[in-house]
Amino acid sequence: MSSIGTGYDLSVTTFSPDGRVFQIEYAAKAVDNSGTVIGIKCKDGIVMGVEKLIASKMMLSGSNRRIHSVHRHSGMAVAGLAADGRQIVARTKSEATNYESVYGEPIPVKELAERVANYVHLCTLYWWLRPFGCGVILGGYDRDGPQLYMVEPSGVSYRYFGAAIGKGRQAAKTEIEKLKLSEMTCRQGVIEVAKIIYGVHDEAKDKAFELEMSWVCDESNRQHQKVPEELLEEAKAAAKAALEEMDAD
Amino acid sequence: MDTDAPHSMGTTIIGVTYNGGVVLGADSRTSTGVYVANRASDKITQLTDNVYVCRSGSAADSQIVSDYVRYFLHQHTIQLGQPATVKVAANLVRLLAYNNKNLLQTGLIVGGWDKYEGGKIYGIPLGGTIIEQPFAIGGSGSSYLYGFFDQAWKEGMTKDEAEQLVVKAVSLAIARDGASGGVVRTVIINSEGVTRNFYPGDKLPLWHEELEPQFSLLDIPSSPGPEPMNI
Repeated sequence: MSSIGTGYDLSVTTFSPDGRVFQIEYAAKAVDNSGTVIGIKCKDGIVMGVEKLIASKMMLSGSNRRIHSVHRHSGMAVAGLAADGRQIVARTKSEATNYESVYGEPIPVKELAERVANYVHLCTLYWWLRPFGCGVILGGYDRDGPQLYMVEPSGVSYRYFGAAIGKGRQAAKTEIEKLKLSEMTCRQGVIEVAKIIYGVHDEAKDKAFELEMSWVCDESNRQHQKVPEELLEEAKAAAKAALEEMDAD
Repeated sequence: MDTDAPHSMGTTIIGVTYNGGVVLGADSRTSTGVYVANRASDKITQLTDNVYVCRSGSAADSQIVSDYVRYFLHQHTIQLGQPATVKVAANLVRLLAYNNKNLLQTGLIVGGWDKYEGGKIYGIPLGGTIIEQPFAIGGSGSSYLYGFFDQAWKEGMTKDEAEQLVVKAVSLAIARDGASGGVVRTVIINSEGVTRNFYPGDKLPLWHEELEPQFSLLDIPSSPGPEPMNI
Protein backbone atom coordinates (compact mmCIF):
# COMPACT_ATOMS: atom_id res chain seq x y z
CA MET A 1 0.00 0.00 0.00
CA SER A 2 2.65 2.54 0.92
CA SER A 3 5.39 3.21 -1.55
CA ILE A 4 8.45 5.40 -1.50
CA GLY A 5 7.65 8.57 -3.42
CA THR A 6 11.21 9.27 -4.40
CA GLY A 7 11.48 12.73 -5.83
CA TYR A 8 7.78 13.48 -5.72
CA ASP A 9 7.50 13.70 -1.96
CA LEU A 10 9.62 16.74 -1.21
CA SER A 11 6.86 19.33 -1.37
CA VAL A 12 3.19 19.43 -0.65
CA THR A 13 2.71 21.26 -3.94
CA THR A 14 3.97 18.34 -6.03
CA PHE A 15 1.80 15.54 -7.42
CA SER A 16 3.29 12.13 -8.11
CA PRO A 17 2.74 10.55 -11.54
CA ASP A 18 -0.01 8.38 -10.12
CA GLY A 19 -1.88 11.41 -8.74
CA ARG A 20 -0.88 11.30 -5.08
CA VAL A 21 0.41 14.05 -2.84
CA PHE A 22 2.90 12.20 -0.69
CA GLN A 23 3.40 14.91 1.92
CA ILE A 24 -0.23 14.61 2.91
CA GLU A 25 0.08 10.84 3.16
CA TYR A 26 3.15 11.23 5.37
CA ALA A 27 1.22 13.66 7.56
CA ALA A 28 -1.43 10.99 7.99
CA LYS A 29 1.29 8.61 9.22
CA ALA A 30 1.95 11.00 12.11
CA VAL A 31 -1.69 10.55 13.10
CA ASP A 32 -1.48 6.78 12.76
CA ASN A 33 1.37 6.63 15.24
CA SER A 34 -0.49 8.45 17.99
CA GLY A 35 -2.63 6.99 20.77
CA THR A 36 -6.09 5.82 19.77
CA VAL A 37 -8.91 8.36 19.72
CA ILE A 38 -12.52 7.28 19.24
CA GLY A 39 -15.90 8.95 19.06
CA ILE A 40 -19.40 7.47 18.89
CA LYS A 41 -22.84 8.93 18.28
CA CYS A 42 -25.44 7.47 20.65
CA LYS A 43 -29.14 8.15 20.44
CA ASP A 44 -29.00 11.04 22.91
CA GLY A 45 -25.51 12.47 22.34
CA ILE A 46 -21.82 11.97 21.55
CA VAL A 47 -19.09 10.24 23.59
CA MET A 48 -15.39 10.68 22.83
CA GLY A 49 -12.45 8.85 24.38
CA VAL A 50 -8.66 9.13 24.10
CA GLU A 51 -5.93 6.63 24.94
CA LYS A 52 -3.34 9.05 26.32
CA LEU A 53 0.04 7.32 26.19
CA ILE A 54 2.09 8.51 29.16
CA ALA A 55 5.64 9.41 28.21
CA SER A 56 6.97 9.82 31.72
CA LYS A 57 5.96 8.78 35.24
CA MET A 58 6.71 12.34 36.34
CA MET A 59 3.76 13.76 34.40
CA LEU A 60 0.83 14.96 36.48
CA SER A 61 -2.27 12.88 35.89
CA GLY A 62 -4.99 14.89 34.18
CA SER A 63 -2.54 17.20 32.44
CA ASN A 64 -1.85 17.23 28.73
CA ARG A 65 -5.55 17.27 27.82
CA ARG A 66 -6.34 15.77 24.45
CA ILE A 67 -10.05 16.65 24.38
CA HIS A 68 -10.99 20.32 24.23
CA SER A 69 -14.30 22.16 24.38
CA VAL A 70 -14.50 24.41 21.35
CA HIS A 71 -17.89 25.85 22.20
CA ARG A 72 -20.62 25.28 24.76
CA HIS A 73 -22.17 22.59 22.62
CA SER A 74 -19.15 20.89 21.05
CA GLY A 75 -15.77 19.34 21.72
CA MET A 76 -12.76 18.19 19.78
CA ALA A 77 -10.45 15.24 20.42
CA VAL A 78 -7.01 15.45 18.80
CA ALA A 79 -4.65 12.71 17.59
CA GLY A 80 -1.17 13.26 16.21
CA LEU A 81 1.26 16.14 16.76
CA ALA A 82 0.03 17.91 19.89
CA ALA A 83 1.25 21.38 18.96
CA ASP A 84 -0.44 21.19 15.57
CA GLY A 85 -3.59 20.14 17.37
CA ARG A 86 -3.44 23.23 19.58
CA GLN A 87 -3.51 25.43 16.47
CA ILE A 88 -6.55 23.67 15.08
CA VAL A 89 -8.41 23.87 18.38
CA ALA A 90 -7.64 27.59 18.72
CA ARG A 91 -8.88 28.27 15.20
CA THR A 92 -12.03 26.22 15.78
CA LYS A 93 -12.85 28.14 18.97
CA SER A 94 -12.38 31.39 17.14
CA GLU A 95 -14.61 30.32 14.22
CA ALA A 96 -17.32 29.27 16.66
CA THR A 97 -17.36 32.53 18.61
CA ASN A 98 -17.14 34.62 15.45
CA TYR A 99 -20.15 32.85 13.92
CA GLU A 100 -22.19 33.43 17.04
CA SER A 101 -21.38 37.13 17.18
CA VAL A 102 -22.45 37.62 13.56
CA TYR A 103 -25.45 35.30 13.31
CA GLY A 104 -26.70 35.36 16.90
CA GLU A 105 -26.96 31.59 17.30
CA PRO A 106 -24.51 28.79 18.23
CA ILE A 107 -22.63 27.56 15.17
CA PRO A 108 -24.25 24.45 13.64
CA VAL A 109 -21.84 21.52 14.03
CA LYS A 110 -21.93 20.87 10.29
CA GLU A 111 -20.79 24.42 9.59
CA LEU A 112 -18.04 24.19 12.21
CA ALA A 113 -16.72 20.94 10.73
CA GLU A 114 -16.64 22.56 7.28
CA ARG A 115 -14.64 25.49 8.59
CA VAL A 116 -12.13 23.23 10.36
CA ALA A 117 -11.77 21.13 7.22
CA ASN A 118 -11.23 24.23 5.08
CA TYR A 119 -8.54 25.47 7.45
CA VAL A 120 -6.70 22.15 7.53
CA HIS A 121 -6.94 21.91 3.74
CA LEU A 122 -5.53 25.41 3.32
CA CYS A 123 -2.23 24.22 4.69
CA THR A 124 -1.94 21.63 1.93
CA LEU A 125 -2.01 24.24 -0.83
CA TYR A 126 1.15 26.28 -0.27
CA TRP A 127 4.78 25.19 -0.40
CA TRP A 128 5.76 27.43 2.49
CA LEU A 129 3.35 25.66 4.85
CA ARG A 130 3.37 22.07 5.92
CA PRO A 131 0.19 20.02 6.39
CA PHE A 132 -1.12 19.61 9.93
CA GLY A 133 0.17 16.40 11.45
CA CYS A 134 -3.02 15.66 13.30
CA GLY A 135 -6.53 14.36 12.82
CA VAL A 136 -9.45 15.56 14.88
CA ILE A 137 -12.78 14.13 15.91
CA LEU A 138 -15.40 16.84 16.41
CA GLY A 139 -18.52 15.98 18.36
CA GLY A 140 -21.35 18.42 18.99
CA TYR A 141 -25.05 18.71 19.81
CA ASP A 142 -27.03 21.43 18.03
CA ARG A 143 -30.67 21.93 17.11
CA ASP A 144 -30.40 19.21 14.47
CA GLY A 145 -29.35 16.68 17.11
CA PRO A 146 -25.99 15.13 18.04
CA GLN A 147 -23.41 14.94 15.23
CA LEU A 148 -19.92 13.47 14.88
CA TYR A 149 -17.35 14.58 12.30
CA MET A 150 -13.78 13.55 11.63
CA VAL A 151 -11.23 15.76 9.87
CA GLU A 152 -8.06 14.25 8.38
CA PRO A 153 -4.76 16.02 7.57
CA SER A 154 -5.78 16.16 3.91
CA GLY A 155 -8.69 18.41 4.86
CA VAL A 156 -11.31 15.77 4.15
CA SER A 157 -14.21 15.74 6.59
CA TYR A 158 -17.01 13.23 6.86
CA ARG A 159 -19.88 12.72 9.24
CA TYR A 160 -19.84 9.44 11.19
CA PHE A 161 -21.80 7.25 13.58
CA GLY A 162 -18.51 6.01 14.97
CA ALA A 163 -14.94 7.02 14.18
CA ALA A 164 -11.46 6.02 15.30
CA ILE A 165 -7.97 7.34 14.59
CA GLY A 166 -4.50 6.47 15.83
CA LYS A 167 -2.65 3.23 16.55
CA GLY A 168 -5.56 1.00 17.43
CA ARG A 169 -8.04 2.34 14.92
CA GLN A 170 -8.58 -0.88 12.94
CA ALA A 171 -9.39 -2.90 16.04
CA ALA A 172 -11.44 -0.03 17.48
CA LYS A 173 -13.53 0.32 14.32
CA THR A 174 -14.30 -3.39 14.37
CA GLU A 175 -15.48 -3.10 17.97
CA ILE A 176 -17.56 0.02 17.27
CA GLU A 177 -19.28 -1.68 14.35
CA LYS A 178 -20.49 -4.38 16.72
CA LEU A 179 -22.31 -1.83 18.89
CA LYS A 180 -25.98 -0.98 18.39
CA LEU A 181 -25.44 2.77 18.60
CA SER A 182 -28.94 3.89 17.73
CA GLU A 183 -30.34 2.11 20.79
CA MET A 184 -27.59 3.11 23.18
CA THR A 185 -27.69 6.02 25.62
CA CYS A 186 -24.54 8.01 26.35
CA ARG A 187 -24.31 6.51 29.82
CA GLN A 188 -23.98 3.07 28.24
CA GLY A 189 -21.78 4.54 25.50
CA VAL A 190 -19.22 5.77 28.03
CA ILE A 191 -18.77 2.21 29.34
CA GLU A 192 -18.43 0.82 25.81
CA VAL A 193 -15.85 3.44 24.78
CA ALA A 194 -13.76 2.69 27.87
CA LYS A 195 -13.91 -1.04 27.11
CA ILE A 196 -12.79 -0.47 23.53
CA ILE A 197 -9.87 1.73 24.47
CA TYR A 198 -8.65 -0.65 27.14
CA GLY A 199 -9.13 -3.46 24.61
CA VAL A 200 -7.03 -1.95 21.82
CA HIS A 201 -4.25 -0.74 24.08
CA ASP A 202 -1.13 -2.72 23.32
CA GLU A 203 0.50 -3.66 26.65
CA ALA A 204 3.63 -4.93 24.99
CA LYS A 205 4.49 -1.93 22.86
CA ASP A 206 3.27 0.97 25.05
CA LYS A 207 3.47 0.92 28.78
CA ALA A 208 1.16 3.16 30.69
CA PHE A 209 -1.81 5.08 29.45
CA GLU A 210 -4.46 7.36 30.89
CA LEU A 211 -8.05 7.29 29.71
CA GLU A 212 -9.61 10.67 28.97
CA MET A 213 -13.32 10.87 28.08
CA SER A 214 -15.87 13.53 27.36
CA TRP A 215 -19.49 13.68 26.30
CA VAL A 216 -22.21 16.03 25.11
CA CYS A 217 -25.71 14.67 25.58
CA ASP A 218 -29.16 15.30 27.02
CA GLU A 219 -27.87 14.32 30.44
CA SER A 220 -25.14 16.95 30.32
CA ASN A 221 -27.74 19.50 29.25
CA ARG A 222 -26.30 19.53 25.72
CA GLN A 223 -23.08 21.06 27.06
CA HIS A 224 -19.73 19.51 26.21
CA GLN A 225 -17.97 18.40 29.39
CA LYS A 226 -15.65 15.81 30.90
CA VAL A 227 -17.47 12.60 31.81
CA PRO A 228 -18.33 12.89 35.54
CA GLU A 229 -15.83 11.26 37.96
CA GLU A 230 -17.98 8.41 39.25
CA LEU A 231 -19.14 7.41 35.79
CA LEU A 232 -15.54 7.50 34.55
CA GLU A 233 -14.42 5.26 37.42
CA GLU A 234 -17.33 2.92 36.74
CA ALA A 235 -16.33 2.76 33.08
CA LYS A 236 -12.68 2.07 33.89
CA ALA A 237 -13.66 -0.70 36.30
CA ALA A 238 -15.97 -2.31 33.73
CA ALA A 239 -13.24 -2.08 31.08
CA LYS A 240 -10.64 -3.71 33.31
CA ALA A 241 -13.11 -6.47 34.22
CA ALA A 242 -13.87 -7.10 30.55
CA LEU A 243 -10.14 -7.37 29.82
CA GLU A 244 -9.65 -9.94 32.57
CA GLU A 245 -12.56 -11.93 31.22
CA MET A 246 -10.91 -11.98 27.81
CA ASP A 247 -7.54 -12.97 29.28
CA ALA A 248 -9.14 -15.74 31.25
CA ASP A 249 -10.37 -17.49 28.08
CA MET B 1 -42.62 72.40 -1.68
CA ASP B 2 -39.48 70.36 -2.24
CA THR B 3 -40.44 67.03 -3.77
CA ASP B 4 -36.81 65.92 -3.80
CA ALA B 5 -36.36 66.22 -0.06
CA PRO B 6 -35.57 63.00 1.82
CA HIS B 7 -38.57 60.69 1.87
CA SER B 8 -39.73 59.28 5.12
CA MET B 9 -42.41 56.81 5.94
CA GLY B 10 -44.31 58.21 8.91
CA THR B 11 -45.93 54.86 9.03
CA THR B 12 -47.76 52.38 11.08
CA ILE B 13 -46.18 48.92 11.14
CA ILE B 14 -47.30 45.87 13.08
CA GLY B 15 -46.12 42.29 13.55
CA VAL B 16 -48.17 39.71 15.42
CA THR B 17 -47.59 36.02 16.20
CA TYR B 18 -50.47 33.58 16.14
CA ASN B 19 -50.91 29.88 16.65
CA GLY B 20 -48.90 28.61 13.67
CA GLY B 21 -47.12 31.67 12.25
CA VAL B 22 -47.01 35.45 12.04
CA VAL B 23 -49.01 38.27 10.45
CA LEU B 24 -47.20 41.46 9.39
CA GLY B 25 -49.15 44.62 8.57
CA ALA B 26 -48.44 48.17 7.42
CA ASP B 27 -50.00 51.30 5.94
CA SER B 28 -48.83 52.60 2.54
CA ARG B 29 -47.99 56.30 2.90
CA THR B 30 -44.54 57.69 2.05
CA SER B 31 -44.27 61.42 2.61
CA THR B 32 -41.83 64.27 1.93
CA GLY B 33 -42.91 66.96 4.36
CA VAL B 34 -46.67 67.33 3.77
CA TYR B 35 -46.61 65.93 0.23
CA VAL B 36 -47.49 62.26 -0.07
CA ALA B 37 -44.76 61.00 -2.42
CA ASN B 38 -46.19 57.49 -2.67
CA ARG B 39 -49.72 56.67 -1.48
CA ALA B 40 -49.48 52.97 -2.25
CA SER B 41 -46.02 51.94 -1.05
CA ASP B 42 -45.16 48.43 0.02
CA LYS B 43 -43.43 48.65 3.37
CA ILE B 44 -43.33 44.90 3.97
CA THR B 45 -40.17 43.70 2.27
CA GLN B 46 -38.93 40.18 1.66
CA LEU B 47 -35.59 39.09 3.14
CA THR B 48 -35.87 35.34 2.41
CA ASP B 49 -38.66 32.93 1.41
CA ASN B 50 -39.73 32.68 5.03
CA VAL B 51 -38.68 36.01 6.61
CA TYR B 52 -40.06 39.51 5.90
CA VAL B 53 -39.38 42.91 7.44
CA CYS B 54 -41.69 45.91 8.07
CA ARG B 55 -39.87 49.20 7.43
CA SER B 56 -40.45 52.58 9.09
CA GLY B 57 -38.60 55.88 9.38
CA SER B 58 -36.29 56.97 6.60
CA ALA B 59 -37.27 55.22 3.36
CA ALA B 60 -33.71 55.21 2.03
CA ASP B 61 -32.15 53.92 5.26
CA SER B 62 -34.67 51.11 5.67
CA GLN B 63 -34.28 50.04 2.03
CA ILE B 64 -30.51 49.88 2.17
CA VAL B 65 -30.54 47.89 5.42
CA SER B 66 -33.03 45.43 3.89
CA ASP B 67 -30.88 45.09 0.76
CA TYR B 68 -27.71 44.30 2.74
CA VAL B 69 -29.48 41.79 4.99
CA ARG B 70 -31.11 40.07 2.01
CA TYR B 71 -27.67 39.69 0.45
CA PHE B 72 -26.05 38.32 3.63
CA LEU B 73 -28.95 35.95 4.26
CA HIS B 74 -28.77 34.63 0.72
CA GLN B 75 -25.12 33.71 1.17
CA HIS B 76 -25.83 32.26 4.61
CA THR B 77 -28.63 30.07 3.20
CA ILE B 78 -26.31 28.69 0.51
CA GLN B 79 -23.61 27.94 3.08
CA LEU B 80 -26.02 26.37 5.55
CA GLY B 81 -27.90 24.32 2.95
CA GLN B 82 -31.28 25.13 4.49
CA PRO B 83 -33.51 28.20 5.07
CA ALA B 84 -32.17 30.76 7.53
CA THR B 85 -33.97 31.17 10.84
CA VAL B 86 -35.91 34.30 11.79
CA LYS B 87 -33.49 34.83 14.68
CA VAL B 88 -30.46 34.96 12.40
CA ALA B 89 -32.21 37.38 10.04
CA ALA B 90 -33.15 39.64 12.94
CA ASN B 91 -29.63 39.51 14.33
CA LEU B 92 -28.11 40.62 11.03
CA VAL B 93 -30.57 43.54 10.88
CA ARG B 94 -29.75 44.51 14.43
CA LEU B 95 -25.96 44.46 13.87
CA LEU B 96 -26.36 46.92 10.99
CA ALA B 97 -28.77 49.10 12.97
CA TYR B 98 -26.57 49.16 16.07
CA ASN B 99 -23.18 49.61 14.43
CA ASN B 100 -24.46 52.44 12.21
CA LYS B 101 -26.71 54.07 14.76
CA ASN B 102 -25.27 57.53 14.13
CA LEU B 103 -26.11 57.38 10.45
CA LEU B 104 -29.42 55.55 10.33
CA GLN B 105 -32.93 56.53 11.28
CA THR B 106 -35.12 53.48 10.82
CA GLY B 107 -37.26 51.28 13.02
CA LEU B 108 -37.84 47.73 11.78
CA ILE B 109 -39.98 44.73 12.65
CA VAL B 110 -38.61 41.37 11.46
CA GLY B 111 -41.11 38.52 11.28
CA GLY B 112 -41.19 35.04 9.80
CA TRP B 113 -41.49 31.31 10.29
CA ASP B 114 -38.83 28.60 10.59
CA LYS B 115 -39.04 24.91 11.40
CA TYR B 116 -37.19 25.17 14.72
CA GLU B 117 -39.04 27.99 16.48
CA GLY B 118 -42.22 28.42 14.42
CA GLY B 119 -43.57 31.96 14.00
CA LYS B 120 -41.43 34.70 15.60
CA ILE B 121 -41.46 38.53 15.72
CA TYR B 122 -38.42 40.67 16.54
CA GLY B 123 -38.68 44.43 17.11
CA ILE B 124 -35.60 46.51 16.24
CA PRO B 125 -36.26 50.16 17.13
CA LEU B 126 -33.94 53.17 16.62
CA GLY B 127 -30.53 52.56 18.15
CA GLY B 128 -30.38 48.86 17.34
CA THR B 129 -31.92 47.06 20.32
CA ILE B 130 -33.29 43.67 19.44
CA ILE B 131 -36.28 42.33 21.30
CA GLU B 132 -38.27 39.18 20.65
CA GLN B 133 -41.95 39.83 21.29
CA PRO B 134 -45.30 38.07 20.80
CA PHE B 135 -46.35 41.21 18.94
CA ALA B 136 -44.60 44.46 17.97
CA ILE B 137 -45.77 47.87 16.77
CA GLY B 138 -43.71 50.68 15.23
CA GLY B 139 -43.74 53.93 13.31
CA SER B 140 -45.40 57.24 14.12
CA GLY B 141 -48.89 55.71 14.03
CA SER B 142 -48.03 53.14 16.67
CA SER B 143 -48.34 55.75 19.44
CA TYR B 144 -52.10 55.45 19.05
CA LEU B 145 -52.10 51.68 19.33
CA TYR B 146 -50.44 50.91 22.66
CA GLY B 147 -53.67 51.07 24.64
CA PHE B 148 -55.56 49.25 21.88
CA PHE B 149 -53.19 46.29 21.93
CA ASP B 150 -53.11 46.16 25.72
CA GLN B 151 -56.80 45.44 25.52
CA ALA B 152 -57.22 43.56 22.25
CA TRP B 153 -54.14 41.28 22.16
CA LYS B 154 -54.44 37.69 23.28
CA GLU B 155 -52.19 34.64 23.14
CA GLY B 156 -52.96 31.78 20.72
CA MET B 157 -55.18 33.52 18.16
CA THR B 158 -56.13 31.85 14.89
CA LYS B 159 -54.78 33.10 11.58
CA ASP B 160 -57.98 34.97 10.74
CA GLU B 161 -58.28 36.53 14.19
CA ALA B 162 -54.71 37.75 13.97
CA GLU B 163 -55.16 39.24 10.53
CA GLN B 164 -58.39 40.98 11.53
CA LEU B 165 -56.61 42.43 14.56
CA VAL B 166 -53.77 43.76 12.41
CA VAL B 167 -56.08 45.31 9.80
CA LYS B 168 -58.23 46.95 12.49
CA ALA B 169 -55.16 48.32 14.26
CA VAL B 170 -53.55 49.81 11.15
CA SER B 171 -56.84 51.35 10.14
CA LEU B 172 -57.27 52.95 13.58
CA ALA B 173 -53.77 54.39 13.38
CA ILE B 174 -54.39 55.73 9.87
CA ALA B 175 -57.48 57.53 11.19
CA ARG B 176 -55.47 59.44 13.79
CA ASP B 177 -51.92 59.73 12.38
CA GLY B 178 -51.42 62.21 9.55
CA ALA B 179 -48.20 60.49 8.50
CA SER B 180 -49.98 57.15 7.96
CA GLY B 181 -52.55 56.50 5.28
CA GLY B 182 -53.45 54.83 2.00
CA VAL B 183 -54.15 51.11 1.99
CA VAL B 184 -53.46 48.35 4.48
CA ARG B 185 -51.13 45.59 3.34
CA THR B 186 -50.70 42.34 5.26
CA VAL B 187 -48.34 39.40 4.86
CA ILE B 188 -49.09 36.07 6.55
CA ILE B 189 -46.15 33.65 7.00
CA ASN B 190 -46.49 30.07 8.25
CA SER B 191 -45.34 26.52 7.53
CA GLU B 192 -47.37 26.46 4.33
CA GLY B 193 -45.78 29.59 2.87
CA VAL B 194 -46.52 33.28 2.42
CA THR B 195 -49.81 35.04 1.63
CA ARG B 196 -50.07 38.71 0.72
CA ASN B 197 -53.34 40.61 1.24
CA PHE B 198 -54.48 44.09 0.31
CA TYR B 199 -57.23 46.19 1.90
CA PRO B 200 -58.06 49.38 0.00
CA GLY B 201 -59.40 52.42 1.88
CA ASP B 202 -63.03 51.72 1.04
CA LYS B 203 -62.85 48.24 2.57
CA LEU B 204 -61.75 49.60 5.93
CA PRO B 205 -64.28 50.42 8.67
CA LEU B 206 -65.00 54.07 9.51
CA TRP B 207 -64.12 55.14 13.01
CA HIS B 208 -65.48 57.86 15.30
CA GLU B 209 -66.30 61.08 13.45
CA GLU B 210 -64.88 59.86 10.14
CA LEU B 211 -67.10 60.87 7.22
CA GLU B 212 -68.59 58.70 4.50
CA PRO B 213 -66.83 59.32 1.21
CA GLN B 214 -68.75 61.93 -0.80
CA PHE B 215 -68.10 63.48 -4.17
CA SER B 216 -69.28 66.96 -3.18
CA LEU B 217 -71.18 68.57 -0.33
CA LEU B 218 -73.05 70.61 -2.92
CA ASP B 219 -74.59 67.52 -4.52
CA ILE B 220 -78.19 67.99 -5.65
CA PRO B 221 -79.38 64.37 -5.34
CA SER B 222 -81.45 64.16 -8.53
CA SER B 223 -79.13 65.53 -11.20
CA PRO B 224 -75.53 64.55 -11.82
CA GLY B 225 -72.92 67.36 -12.11
CA PRO B 226 -72.04 68.97 -15.50
CA GLU B 227 -69.50 67.26 -17.75
CA PRO B 228 -66.12 68.70 -16.72
CA MET B 229 -65.18 70.09 -20.17
CA ASN B 230 -68.64 71.23 -21.29
CA ILE B 231 -69.17 74.59 -19.63
